[in-house]
Amino acid sequence: MLEAAWLIPAFPLTGFILILLIGRRLGEPLAGWLGTAMMGGSFLATVAVFFGLVAEEEPERFFIQTLFTWVPAGSFSVDIGFLVDPLSIAMCLFITGVGTLIHLYSIGYMHGDENFSKFFLYLNLFAASMLLLVLGDNLLLTFLGWEGVGACSYLLISFWFKDEANASAGKKAFVTNRIGDFGFMLGTFLVFSAIGSIKYADIIVGANSGALTVGTATGITLLMLLAATGKSAQIPLFVWLPDAMAGPTPVSALIHAATMVTSGVYLLIRLNPVLDLSEPWSLSLIAWIGAITGLVAALAAVVQNDIKKVLAYSTVSQLGYLFMAVGIGAYVPAMFHMITHAFFKALLFLGSGSVIHGVHDEQDMRRMGGLYKMMPITAGTFIIGWLAIAGVPPFAGFWSKDEILVYAWDVNPALWAVGLVTALLTAFYMTRQVILTFFGRTRYYDAHTDEIDAAFAGRIDAASADIEAAREDLVKAQEAIDKAIGDLPKREEAIEKAKANLGDATAAVEASDPDTEGHDKLVKALDKAVKGISKSEDALAKAQAKVAEAEAGFAVAEQAQVDAASRRQGLDAARRNAPAVPSHVTAHTAAPDVSEFEDDLPESYKARQEYHPHESPWTMTLPLVALSGLAIVAGGLNLPFTKDLHFLEHWLEPSLFANEHKLTASGTEKIVMAAIAVAAASIAIAAAFAIYWRGKARPEAVENPALALAVNYDKAIASVAGGPGTDGFNGAAWFDAKVVDRAVNGVPQLISYTASKSRSLQSGFVRSYGLVLIVGTGALAVVLLRSLVL
Amino acid sequence: MEVTETWYLVLSAVLFSLGAFGLMTRRNPLVMFMCVELMLNAVNISFVAFSSALDDLAGQSAVFFVLVVAAAEVVVGLSIVVALLRRQPDATADEFVEMRG
Repeated sequence: MLEAAWLIPAFPLTGFILILLIGRRLGEPLAGWLGTAMMGGSFLATVAVFFGLVAEEEPERFFIQTLFTWVPAGSFSVDIGFLVDPLSIAMCLFITGVGTLIHLYSIGYMHGDENFSKFFLYLNLFAASMLLLVLGDNLLLTFLGWEGVGACSYLLISFWFKDEANASAGKKAFVTNRIGDFGFMLGTFLVFSAIGSIKYADIIVGANSGALTVGTATGITLLMLLAATGKSAQIPLFVWLPDAMAGPTPVSALIHAATMVTSGVYLLIRLNPVLDLSEPWSLSLIAWIGAITGLVAALAAVVQNDIKKVLAYSTVSQLGYLFMAVGIGAYVPAMFHMITHAFFKALLFLGSGSVIHGVHDEQDMRRMGGLYKMMPITAGTFIIGWLAIAGVPPFAGFWSKDEILVYAWDVNPALWAVGLVTALLTAFYMTRQVILTFFGRTRYYDAHTDEIDAAFAGRIDAASADIEAAREDLVKAQEAIDKAIGDLPKREEAIEKAKANLGDATAAVEASDPDTEGHDKLVKALDKAVKGISKSEDALAKAQAKVAEAEAGFAVAEQAQVDAASRRQGLDAARRNAPAVPSHVTAHTAAPDVSEFEDDLPESYKARQEYHPHESPWTMTLPLVALSGLAIVAGGLNLPFTKDLHFLEHWLEPSLFANEHKLTASGTEKIVMAAIAVAAASIAIAAAFAIYWRGKARPEAVENPALALAVNYDKAIASVAGGPGTDGFNGAAWFDAKVVDRAVNGVPQLISYTASKSRSLQSGFVRSYGLVLIVGTGALAVVLLRSLVL
Repeated sequence: MEVTETWYLVLSAVLFSLGAFGLMTRRNPLVMFMCVELMLNAVNISFVAFSSALDDLAGQSAVFFVLVVAAAEVVVGLSIVVALLRRQPDATADEFVEMRG
């Protein structure tokens, strides 16, 4: 059944091709089912090969299936060949197993996405690449898979590329990984120059037979370490993994937790004969890189509020554990933890995806809480994942993590201490995450800071508009007053004039003879003048009344402005004192009291009140249940009690060539180690409960950004790369354009210039050609004859 | 006065020089062509002279090759010259400079 090995990558590759050709026509959900079926087929093929391998005698468990020669180049040739041995099949089993579950989950998660079939296209291509990486019988084929998974990782991180942030997260992952790939290529070249072949079988023979010197082996180890730090997100290249969470959650689970990120560790374990040969300090370097990455990432995970970012830093931290294990030669515990981690971290990621799906794409844990009532299956399985990663017996994570810690103690107690602190932090931040997400008050409905701001912004804008209107009224009132006052002199003048008329009329009446006819006329004029005065006096009074009225209006407007301004001041103060949405929350953080301004809250708030978090469909919960089952029992792969229970160790023996570290710790020591680990986990869980559940201490005390070295490192890298780094690259680009390109283009330009100059020799005159010919012949004759004569 | 090889060589040199001189001074394509033939045959004479003097048949067999090549050359060359002159009856060789670089 070993011959079925080629089927393992062939299934997802077929899926990729089929979805490529007819994926759009299949649409949702058929394309998803096709992809899932192909992964399932791959899993069945792996199981078949596994049983074929079990049937072989132990030393014979090393089978190479060569399909065809890929690169024939003289004495050097590279085959498309699959190396089937316990190590590669152990990897394939959990890659295809977890992969199938995640494919199934994705059918539910990607429901309604416009690029549904494209998602499964990428997922199947990823699976095929990953299986090539694991099964390849030479470094070049592994590199093909290595680049394939990198490309798929890029495509899937920036799957929702319309959002600029997602696209740049994909770029960041790809570029960071290129640095590691550079190490892989140089390492491959070094292997080739030292051994003359890049087949693993030849490398193993070369390392064991002494064809490889210690110096070369160290060089290969260091270069492959660089490659592994890229893919497996270790210091100094881990910065891409937290950003990779921009992709859809199944991608985070499959690629950035369970499979692809373990390929660096796999590569190092695969090359264990080379590692064994190299200088001890290079192995210590691997162990310390792992230990410090584990610690730094765990510290960063404590301050994260994004549910996926916590898990991302947690993944970096757990991969650090794997590196530490590889560095101390604990290959079996490394594989053990890799497998259990694949189960429980995939479980946790899928659980967080289910939560995100249920609460309408909310990722901030500060806005979750109390979700266990609404999504009981997700909560239950997530809690199993939490217990597994926190190292609570008898869940899987306890056994594998404890194994690594025992080996670390055996080799270097300092490594053990760092590992223990990491374990403690792991239990702490995971407990925090579980409490914040599933327990306590449901903070989902709470108003967000920006929503409260928006509510006040509306009112403040209204008050500001009132002030503006009052100001306009004032201006109008002022104009009215000015106009009315302007009328007053005219009226007074009219009175003066009327009075003068009256004087004239009185004098005229007195002067005239009352008996004459003109007298009556004059008396009439006098009456008229008297009336004119009273009329003018009336007009003046009216004008004065108008002035008084306008002044009153002015006063009203002034009052309105003062009122509006004080209202605005009050609102500003109210906004400052508005119910604070806390940046650090616990299970019982009170909701901001928005009763006073509820009606002003924006639509997003109202829409949220209508929406109710819900449990995910069965395609999503079934993988959760299956993975939680595995997270409980996977510890049984390698129970420490008796030698007979070391199933994984026996299984991997043929691939490790007895290069692994032999444990010297006594049974008692092991039990003490386990007890200390359990105690540490318990203390951390209790501390997290005290802070986030019981409210015994304020979360600010631990959520200190200064502790998040990993985040600060990321920022520092970004600022260097954005500033001097960019200048450096611009300089390199300038050098390339001005010096390299000119040198390259200069040669043909020189040739072209010479040719155009020598073209003029071809005059077309046959006689001049003849002359040249004859002169040349003469010259030749002279030379020849001279040599004859002399 | 005995006729020795020298005479033949001198004749050959004279004919060759005449041919070379003619090739460079004349402009009529046909005459230039004849000058080339003259040079070829001058060389043939020297070949035969040396062959007879050194009693080596290699020289004479070389002459055969030259004659064969010359015959082929005449076929091609004359047809080109005829074709040229038919197009432009009073043409000189200097007028055909279309292939100038």
